[in-house]
Amino acid sequence: MKPLKNVSRILIAAGSLLLIATFFLPIWKIDLWAPQYPEGLSMQIWLYKLTGQVEIINGLNHYIGMAHIKEEMFPEFKILPYFVAGIIILGLITAFLKNRKILIGYLLVLVLAGCAALYDYWKWGYEYGHNLSDEAAIKVPGMTYQPPLIGYKELLNFGAYSVPDIGGWMFVVLGAILIGVLFFETKTNK
Amino acid sequence: MKNKIFTSLTLLGTSMFLLNSCKPAGQGSGGGSTLAGDAAQKVYVAPGTHDEFYDFVSGGFNGQMSVVGLPSGRVLRIIPVFTQHAESGWGYSEETKPMLNTSHGFVPWDDAHHTTLSVTNGEHDGRWAFINGNNTPRIARISLKSFRTEEIIELPNSGGNHSSPFVTFNSEYAVAGTRFSVPPDNFGDVPINTFKQNFKGYISFVSIDKTTGNLALKFQLTTPAISYDLARGGKGPSKDWIFFSSYNTEQANTLLEVNASQKDKDFILAVNWKKAEEYLAKGKGKKVPAKYAHNVYSDVTHSATSTIMTDVMTLDPKDCPDMLYFIPCPKSPHGCDVDPTGQYIIGSGKLAAVIPVFSFAKLQKAIADKKFDGSFEGIPVMDYNAVLHGEVQKPGLGPLHTEFDGKGNAYTSMFVSSEIVKWNIEKLTVLDRVPTYYSVGHLSIPGGPTTKPWGKYVIAYNKITKDRYLPTGPELTQSAQLYDITGEKMKLLLDFPTIGEPHYAEAIPASMIKDKTIKLYKIEENKHPYVAKGEKETKVTRNGKDVHVYMTSSRSHFAPDNIEGVKLGDDVYFHVTNLEQDWDVPHGFAVRGANNAEILVMPGETQTLKWKADRIGITPFYCTDFCSALHQEMQGYIRVSAPNSNVPLTWHTGKTAMKEADDKSQK
Repeated sequence: MKPLKNVSRILIAAGSLLLIATFFLPIWKIDLWAPQYPEGLSMQIWLYKLTGQVEIINGLNHYIGMAHIKEEMFPEFKILPYFVAGIIILGLITAFLKNRKILIGYLLVLVLAGCAALYDYWKWGYEYGHNLSDEAAIKVPGMTYQPPLIGYKELLNFGAYSVPDIGGWMFVVLGAILIGVLFFETKTNK
Repeated sequence: MKNKIFTSLTLLGTSMFLLNSCKPAGQGSGGGSTLAGDAAQKVYVAPGTHDEFYDFVSGGFNGQMSVVGLPSGRVLRIIPVFTQHAESGWGYSEETKPMLNTSHGFVPWDDAHHTTLSVTNGEHDGRWAFINGNNTPRIARISLKSFRTEEIIELPNSGGNHSSPFVTFNSEYAVAGTRFSVPPDNFGDVPINTFKQNFKGYISFVSIDKTTGNLALKFQLTTPAISYDLARGGKGPSKDWIFFSSYNTEQANTLLEVNASQKDKDFILAVNWKKAEEYLAKGKGKKVPAKYAHNVYSDVTHSATSTIMTDVMTLDPKDCPDMLYFIPCPKSPHGCDVDPTGQYIIGSGKLAAVIPVFSFAKLQKAIADKKFDGSFEGIPVMDYNAVLHGEVQKPGLGPLHTEFDGKGNAYTSMFVSSEIVKWNIEKLTVLDRVPTYYSVGHLSIPGGPTTKPWGKYVIAYNKITKDRYLPTGPELTQSAQLYDITGEKMKLLLDFPTIGEPHYAEAIPASMIKDKTIKLYKIEENKHPYVAKGEKETKVTRNGKDVHVYMTSSRSHFAPDNIEGVKLGDDVYFHVTNLEQDWDVPHGFAVRGANNAEILVMPGETQTLKWKADRIGITPFYCTDFCSALHQEMQGYIRVSAPNSNVPLTWHTGKTAMKEADDKSQK
């Protein structure tokens, strides 16, 4: 098996360096709409913090007995930046070592990490949506308020829309680059 | 079929109008027949869409200003200014009471006549609105960001602040000329019939800070005792001048109806205010004792302060030649308006048969050539013909006010013949006339008094309504009519009721203001001395007979909502901080037996309601603004015990459901 072409190496390095931007950009966002909020409400999840109208969302959620959304709820915030830094370094190593197997390994790591992150997010959403106060003012039998993992879901008077934010798309871009490079390398180096 | 009926009705209406118009002038006109065919379409603002203009309409005897959307005529808001407003607690809450303080003490009402919007280079800048208090002379400044009254300044040596608060070319000053001349405040005990010797017609110049908008009474001119009725700042070539109409140059002090209508001509007073500044700089001014209040509201402390000022700078025209000139103007002029070019000054003699148009260029030349026609109390009176551009012949009856469309046309309101007359300023020819319903006072074109009129509409503000709406007993609403002025002929589009009696109003494109309005106050910037920036900061303290409740409101509870240990005769101050940081979530606060009003507290704001514990027992309090699905539950109790009881001062709020969910997730 031939070593990776220079163009592939540059793409891999550039793609992984792109992730530096995720330290300065939100990864995920949840947008909410309701009849009373035609302008919408929005919350952004970063590698290490929450931004957006979190307090307003908390204020509204207290009627149905949901817990406060706050950064302490996300122990992940303490490790995620290191984790992403690791992914960047792995990418640079992959580009340096020129080895296609390592490239495959790197792609696997990235995909698995993505799956793990989604699972972790789903788990948070499940807990947040199911942990309701017994003394909530509004109790709808059988109703829980787990936000959608990805996509759109109606929760009482709110429509919730959960999608990657610009930082999240950086990971998708890196994944696409790796798959593209792998495909290109396989095609040109049988 | 429907169309045919409509067409024939329109034809019938038109023919009736034609028949009617054969009646002698002033004998009534065909109601509604000048209605534009597409009127409904032109004023229809579809649900969820916005009006094109904000119209700031004075409320006259209600002492307030209303905000109306144009072209729909919908009332968007009432801004309390000089009058207590129980709805929001303005003038009732501890924070806003000082705004209504004067040298006479607390004066919770006034008569608000003229809205003036701030200008830069003679054009609207969308920063502030000003309005006069006519009765207890005052000027108020309203922020066009918060739509709240931020400042009120009282005017000494004045009675009937009518020719006010018109501004100069860059809003350097808002002026205030007295309509009722009075003796100086410190020399007041004189026989009324010594009017000519002892009375003065003070004209105040209130400076406006370029960045903060803060007002200061810079100086007063001790002008002759006549009635200064209305005013307009010059523009362009005349920007250093301001013009005042006047009546009662007869200087009568009784039965003015007759005695002030004797002379053939009264005056327009031309003031070179730059010259006045020069004289002040040269030390010609004289500081005299005076007493007046200056009240300022802070968006940071959410409280007003009232300061009593003790002197004022005066300028005596006798020491200041070339500063003032009188222009003779027929028959008790009311309006005194300057066209957008600043070239023409239009006087509206309310009892005159013509509308005189004066030329600023001619005025300058006549001053240089000393074409005077005598003097009045030492002030030169110009030769009428030397300064006259021309007269509009037979314009109508009872001309009052004139506005401009920026296309060389003027629009004058005719009180007696109840119509608006459009005429050409250069040619002095009448172009069109439309009836108003009824007896129009002021009229307004968006940007009409500026160098850059926005045009499009003229609005008539009427004094009499009679049959225009469903009757409501002896007291009827006042009204306004909106006319399209985009074509050659004016077309009636809409008739809408107003709040209070509308005097002057100014409209401005909504786009200049709407994106700058504030939605809430940031809680972290709140510097109110009794703020509680979270439920953890809530408490109740006692200082003698005063009990201070540091209270918060959020959807949907007060903290604390159970208070005990208050004693009979205590003064309880409920300092309510609205913790919300979301748009359009005010909370209200009302308590049984309050001798004042309720308060409405905007997000991030603190307001205080004082309440006397006048009986032993339990008194409920509650939120008055329907804040959420659980608004009805937003209530609490205060317990009042006998003065000698030993119930300790305690306060409490139950645990919220959110707190419980938090606790569960921590387990």
